[in-house]
Amino acid sequence: MSAPVLDMSLVPPLGEPRPALVPEVHETTLPNGLRLVVVPRPGVPLIELRLRVPFAATARTAAAHTARASVLTGAVLMGTAAHDQLEIAQLLQAHGGEMSVSDDADRLLFSTTMLPTGLGPVLGVLSELLTSATYPGGEVQAERDRVVERIEIARSQPRTIAGTALATRRYGAHPYGQQLPSAALVAAVTPAALRKLHRERVRPAGSTLVLVGDVDPAAALDLVGTALAGWATEGTAVTAPPVSAAPAQPLQLVHRPGAVQSNLRLGGQAPGRTDPQLPALRLASMVFGGYFSSRLVENIRERRGYTYSPRSGVEHLLAGSSVTVEADVATAVTGPALMETVYELGRMALTPVTEAELDSARRYLLGTMALGTATHGGMASTLSALFGAGLSADWLAEHQRALLTVGIDEVTEASRRWLAPSALTAVVVGDADLVADQLRVLGPVEVSAPAVEAQS
Amino acid sequence: MTSDGPDLTLRHPVERFTLDNGLRVVLAPDRSVPVVAVSVYYDVGMRSEPVGRTGFAHLFEHMMFQGSANVPKMEHARLVQAAGGTFNGSTHQDYTNYFQALPSEALERAIFLEADRMAAPAITEENLRNQIDVVKEEIRVNVLNRPYGAFPWLQLPPIAFESFANTHDGYGSFVDLESSTVEDATDFFSRYYAPANAVLCIGGDLDPAEAEVLVRRWFDAVPARPAPPAPVVGEPSPTAARRGVVEDPLAPLPAVALGWRVPDPVGDLDTYLGTVLLTELLSEGDASRLERRLLHTDRVAVGQSSYLGLFGDPFDVRDATLLVTEVHHSADVPVDRVLTAVHEEVDRVATDGVEPAELARVQARIEAQLLQQADSVLGRTLAFASAELVHGRAELAGELAGRLARVTPEQVRAAAAGLSPDTAAVLELRATGGSK
Repeated sequence: MSAPVLDMSLVPPLGEPRPALVPEVHETTLPNGLRLVVVPRPGVPLIELRLRVPFAATARTAAAHTARASVLTGAVLMGTAAHDQLEIAQLLQAHGGEMSVSDDADRLLFSTTMLPTGLGPVLGVLSELLTSATYPGGEVQAERDRVVERIEIARSQPRTIAGTALATRRYGAHPYGQQLPSAALVAAVTPAALRKLHRERVRPAGSTLVLVGDVDPAAALDLVGTALAGWATEGTAVTAPPVSAAPAQPLQLVHRPGAVQSNLRLGGQAPGRTDPQLPALRLASMVFGGYFSSRLVENIRERRGYTYSPRSGVEHLLAGSSVTVEADVATAVTGPALMETVYELGRMALTPVTEAELDSARRYLLGTMALGTATHGGMASTLSALFGAGLSADWLAEHQRALLTVGIDEVTEASRRWLAPSALTAVVVGDADLVADQLRVLGPVEVSAPAVEAQS
Repeated sequence: MTSDGPDLTLRHPVERFTLDNGLRVVLAPDRSVPVVAVSVYYDVGMRSEPVGRTGFAHLFEHMMFQGSANVPKMEHARLVQAAGGTFNGSTHQDYTNYFQALPSEALERAIFLEADRMAAPAITEENLRNQIDVVKEEIRVNVLNRPYGAFPWLQLPPIAFESFANTHDGYGSFVDLESSTVEDATDFFSRYYAPANAVLCIGGDLDPAEAEVLVRRWFDAVPARPAPPAPVVGEPSPTAARRGVVEDPLAPLPAVALGWRVPDPVGDLDTYLGTVLLTELLSEGDASRLERRLLHTDRVAVGQSSYLGLFGDPFDVRDATLLVTEVHHSADVPVDRVLTAVHEEVDRVATDGVEPAELARVQARIEAQLLQQADSVLGRTLAFASAELVHGRAELAGELAGRLARVTPEQVRAAAAGLSPDTAAVLELRATGGSK
């Protein structure tokens, strides 16, 4: 094709937006402290379930807690007083469900979908798991062995190497620094330790059960009240200790011999969900590298071809939120790619964005918030995170209103505080023999070997 | 066991028409959320690539985002995202698709953008060189720089199949990618991106009559070209077992993949549906046969999965295709022990059949999964589009839950009887490095 004559006036304007749908949220706190959130929605005949249980480690026990949690997520499904592992799986499967149990630095999450007729039976299984999981010895040992091998596989992935290195660098001895458990500690996990952890920490206090979809709120309240009445009433939730800002440190280069790419990772603190500066920083992060129409993508992907999928984003943990920047780049251009990334960060912090950039980012965030809650599963996960953070569904509408009013100056101010290169901790995973000299041009570099085993 | 298959079809009635230039259009209205999805499926995939141009279908997919007659580079993304929408494209074995999910007020904009690039994408030397670099980084991040990167989707086909269409590297060799020219790209566009070789499917918050006006406004002007002849991707079924080994210096643990040829997903759909349920019965979830046997009874595996088609969607591939079982196992477990266990479990289904209760549970699970996919406007629209392109009937996407609910234990038993060790392809991955 020859260079086209462009006539952008052809682009059809946008029509009138339809009003955003306001979810119908029914919220109750049960006598045992569990918060129940039910959202009936039109759409497919399914119910999505999310049970979020506070599960943070304390600073003193972080290494052991992370190891035990990594086994507990699988082992909790391996038997209850009434049913063995296979029976539990079959009971759920008969209603279209499969329980997935996962953990992160703040919580344990039980999650499944189900056909609407399955609500009672699935809540029955959930109640068994919460109140009478047995952690049978043979099954626990087998699960433990599998987790050790899965950790080994995870540690061979460059993205995992980069993510754990950045977390260790940023959080130090804080529990959030423990991204992957130590294999040695996992291998030492006993059924008794799991039973103790479950007894002490899998508690209704601070927990939230979210049901979204083809569900009647009154009937759901009855079913949940009956099924989970026996879940212990005592106990208090443990949340992670506060996070402090990482000290200024030189760029860490994790040596990965023979790597054909380098994984660039930058991270720093960000405002939390209720911080008035969050909307401005989310918009700044979008303009910088949060979506395809961003400066970082235009620069290091579409102009220079250094990378496939650069990105930035804002993530929330309860004790501290983060802004992160990621790019996996060809080894030969590691230095130039970092230079351009730092340049774009500096430009955000020191010079204003354009009205068009801000408007695009704003509409994108509003649009994707609507898309993200347009399915049962998306709504359930969103509400589970919000309620888990002590907020309510109102946060969604409030945040949308706040996004509408952010101006250019606020974006610059937020960028200067949170996106300045000097505010971020940087890690690169790559072949140090090929990239160290490039990176040293830009500043001091500390070379290290990959952490084969987390500090334990 | 409830069946919502007929229900789904009713709630999402499908309307279709064909433009004079041959473009097939499918509309699937559902006004429950203020979201529309616009997708275009071109009938060209990795299996259509000529010798010497491996990876070209995917490279060309990237070129479709580089601007078009009335849209500068980067502007396609901006126009969608600044409307509050998301977009992407993907290259599969038998098609290449492009799609947007947007607030419904952006419907005409998305239609305009797809029509503009169907008429004239900006295929320039500069854009091509840039995207060759980007694709090479994509291959590095997904294949070369990480363990198990090509396993098994790029490494199993050369063992399982015979023809170039089925065996070549669909991501492309760097030699082929780097030697691609603007002329190759314009030829490829001219041949495969004709409106008569595409399906436009729009789902969600739309009025069919208004949407048809918008579609005709922008797509009628795309010049007609003949559709290319249908690609020949089928090949005779194997008559012998085949076995291969790859070494992965980045992988810490070994793995093995088995591939069995299965019935024609399009020409013999009823038989194939038995294979779909067999696949779920074998591998989906903690109650599945292989999960129990390999992880919990024999304790030889760290993880297992089975799926149909190399990309995991059983309904978007044509013949020839595979049921793939993938097992990651411990280094001290001989691979033949894993293979024996897998074959025994398949043979148990073929010999003893399946209890109706077990099959009903598997059917409930697959129904829930199909409903989950249909809950998203985009997921539903893509399912309708691929059913129209691959099966010639968008309606099939809404009928699958009902049809799968009617599959009998005997059909599943027969499907298992077709998975013989004597005609399986086996790829062993040896971990030759370590966790560096």
